[in-house]
Amino acid sequence: MISDKTFKIDGRKIPFQDGDTIMDAALRAGEYIPHLCHNPEFKPNGSCRVCVIETNGRHVSACNQPAIENMEVDNSSDAIMNLRRSLLQMLFVEGNHVCPACEKSGACQLQAVAYYTRMLSPHFTHFFPRRDVDATHPEIAIDFNRCILCKLCVRASRDVDKKNVFLISGRGIDSRLVINSPSGKLGDSDVAVTDKAVAVCPVGAILPKHKGYEKPIGERMYDNKPISIVGDVAAKFSSKIYSKDVNTK
Amino acid sequence: MKAIKSKIETLLSDTGYSPDLLLQYLCTAQSLYSYVPERIVHLFADKLEIPAAKILGVVDFYAFLHREARGDFDILFSDSITDQMLGNRSLIEKLCMKLGVELGKPRNDERVTIDVTSCTGICDQGPALLANGMVVSKLDDARIDLIGDLVESCTPVCDWPEALFVVEDNIQRPGMLLSDHIANGAAIEALINDGSSTFLEVLEQSGLRGRGGAGFSTAIKWRLCRNAPADERYVVCNADEGEPGTFKDRVLLNSYADNVFEGMTLCGGAVGAEKGYLYLRGEYRYLLEDLEETLQRRRNANLLGNNILGEEGFNFDIDIHLGAGAYICGEESALLESLSGKRGIPRDRPPFPVTSGFRQQPTIVNNVETFLAAAKIAVFGAKWFSSVGTEKSSGTKLLSISGDCSRPGIYEYPFGASIRQILDDCGALDTQAVQVAGAAGTTIPPAEFDRTISFEDLSTAGSIMVFNQQRDLIDMVQNFAQFFCHESCGFCTPCRVGGTLMRNLVEKVVTGHATSYDLNEMKNIGLVMQNTAHCGLGATAANPVINTLNKFPDIYTKRLAHSGYEPAFNLDASLEISRQITGRNDEGAHIRDE
Repeated sequence: MISDKTFKIDGRKIPFQDGDTIMDAALRAGEYIPHLCHNPEFKPNGSCRVCVIETNGRHVSACNQPAIENMEVDNSSDAIMNLRRSLLQMLFVEGNHVCPACEKSGACQLQAVAYYTRMLSPHFTHFFPRRDVDATHPEIAIDFNRCILCKLCVRASRDVDKKNVFLISGRGIDSRLVINSPSGKLGDSDVAVTDKAVAVCPVGAILPKHKGYEKPIGERMYDNKPISIVGDVAAKFSSKIYSKDVNTK
Repeated sequence: MKAIKSKIETLLSDTGYSPDLLLQYLCTAQSLYSYVPERIVHLFADKLEIPAAKILGVVDFYAFLHREARGDFDILFSDSITDQMLGNRSLIEKLCMKLGVELGKPRNDERVTIDVTSCTGICDQGPALLANGMVVSKLDDARIDLIGDLVESCTPVCDWPEALFVVEDNIQRPGMLLSDHIANGAAIEALINDGSSTFLEVLEQSGLRGRGGAGFSTAIKWRLCRNAPADERYVVCNADEGEPGTFKDRVLLNSYADNVFEGMTLCGGAVGAEKGYLYLRGEYRYLLEDLEETLQRRRNANLLGNNILGEEGFNFDIDIHLGAGAYICGEESALLESLSGKRGIPRDRPPFPVTSGFRQQPTIVNNVETFLAAAKIAVFGAKWFSSVGTEKSSGTKLLSISGDCSRPGIYEYPFGASIRQILDDCGALDTQAVQVAGAAGTTIPPAEFDRTISFEDLSTAGSIMVFNQQRDLIDMVQNFAQFFCHESCGFCTPCRVGGTLMRNLVEKVVTGHATSYDLNEMKNIGLVMQNTAHCGLGATAANPVINTLNKFPDIYTKRLAHSGYEPAFNLDASLEISRQITGRNDEGAHIRDE
């Protein structure tokens, strides 16, 4: 059912249907709005705030705000890109993200969105938190240093796998991903390597074991083309979902 | 210990094993054991069919719930800026010394833990502390000595001298809300006689707006809820008065509880809700028994229950839910999450609570003072209320005044009162600044003392903190920055990380290591927080820094280090681990300042 309602992103007309969020309509129209915690397969979370846009003088997150007819969305001004870059930098200094030493480098959404927002350094003072690596599961390792609290694994485990393996605990800067198992370790949880929760991690936090560095650097998904063209790490359709590359304009 | 466990099992079965009550169950376990033991977590997990890790996630969210035993005496010093100004730090140190305790750590014999907590709402009678949830106000050396002795002699808190627990209402300037009394049931009778539509018209004409600070029209909110299609509707009274410097709800719930419950019942009747909840902040737990008694008295008088005052089908009752040390739960959608026994993470809006609130049903969430005002408007009429105040802010506002003034306490003013008048009335001399609306509010310098309390100008839930010329405002900024860091729910990036970066930068200023580069950084981080945070807490958490950078730049610039750039870490100190590993401590193993 095609609706004739539209709104504008950076001047381009975007058709939308009732009930669409700004992000829903943008994704369908191939208009890239940077995001980390959003994955269209799941209910929006709205926690990373990277999809911040400006409309009618207000800043809102595109992933959970309804599209409104004739609204005009600023998705690419310097002011918006500066906000996004700062959010990326905050995520980088909050955890321990050592790209050169990470198996996910080149195929990591955090890194790809950081490049997209023209982030050249983490800028803020690193927190250098002490976080564990949990390699107790025979098929899966989890490196909490790289977790960005996007809750995609939480949502996938709860809604798709129906296992509730991953949850968020703590408060404020002590917020952390935890494993629901008697020991708190992945090894005695119900998780399986085939679980959706393992596949949706946008960064290098949850990794399947026994197959590191299969793809050489230089051939990884974001090595040659930006995320605005390639799409998300865990997208169902992993190529050509976006048509526009803001970086090249 | 077995007896305690069976107590909890009885509580679970008496209340029907309700997952909504998880936080209430956890509060009970905390008070019985002084922590939430792992076996109790598993008991809850088993009986409520909630994953154990999820329950631990709730425990870890609330500051008053603990995984380790706190001991027989859990002593929490209120650490609001006004407590600090009244000298709480030396009293904390004194009690720690006396009892041989390290702040935040249970004593080895598991007798006592001493810690600090966010503002406890006793700012007019500080410094204050909570001893197993009981408020001890007006702390001084003698009281600290006494408390120390009582702890050492293992005297249960219920046997401590009653004088310790006196909390005055301290009403300094009563106005119409506090003076014009209504008989119990009068507002309900008015509703029954006039009907809901007429009453809602009266409410609209009165111009009443929400007293929590946001100022949404109460009549419009109640109508929206009434008209939202649903099988059930709920009325929630937000008594999570956590904004530092606010304590009016403490007084209203202590001496005007009947009026507040009357207002909730009125609301239930007007919007078609049969269930109400009072969400009482954990810091006010000491009021719980009296409030429960008041509810029971009202049930006995048929002011609550079925067919209220004989009106067929007018059914309404109220339960009290306790909070457990989380400022964010004063945000209405976080409050609703907490009311359902969950972590207090603010929801996405829309949908708003008025169409999808508690249990996803239409829900009214209003401030304590709003319900009180509504009850009185039902009896005295719209004109009584709207004849005072300003054009867009009718009626009066309760202000909680604390800090540097000779008469702190509760003041009721018609909207439109100026800061200057307020300062005169409370006996504030030589005032350097007034913090209006709490930590997230606005810092007002003398040049702006003609500004007024109103929705048109300075909107506030009522927190007024006064700072005289002798105060160093950077202490206030640091206290607030730490407060927001502690109270961030952690959900969104800008508040969780930005708030922490901000706190650290303020500390860098205080310790004399900041440069003008850092001040610029603070402005930028503030901009990111204001524009991208998920909720109002995050969006306003940078306010104290941004406001004072603009209006009181001297408190920052006089502390700046001279160089254009100072690293965030100490180079020489960072080499310490290497020195230890290599066993070196010679000159070559150090980096000295030039």
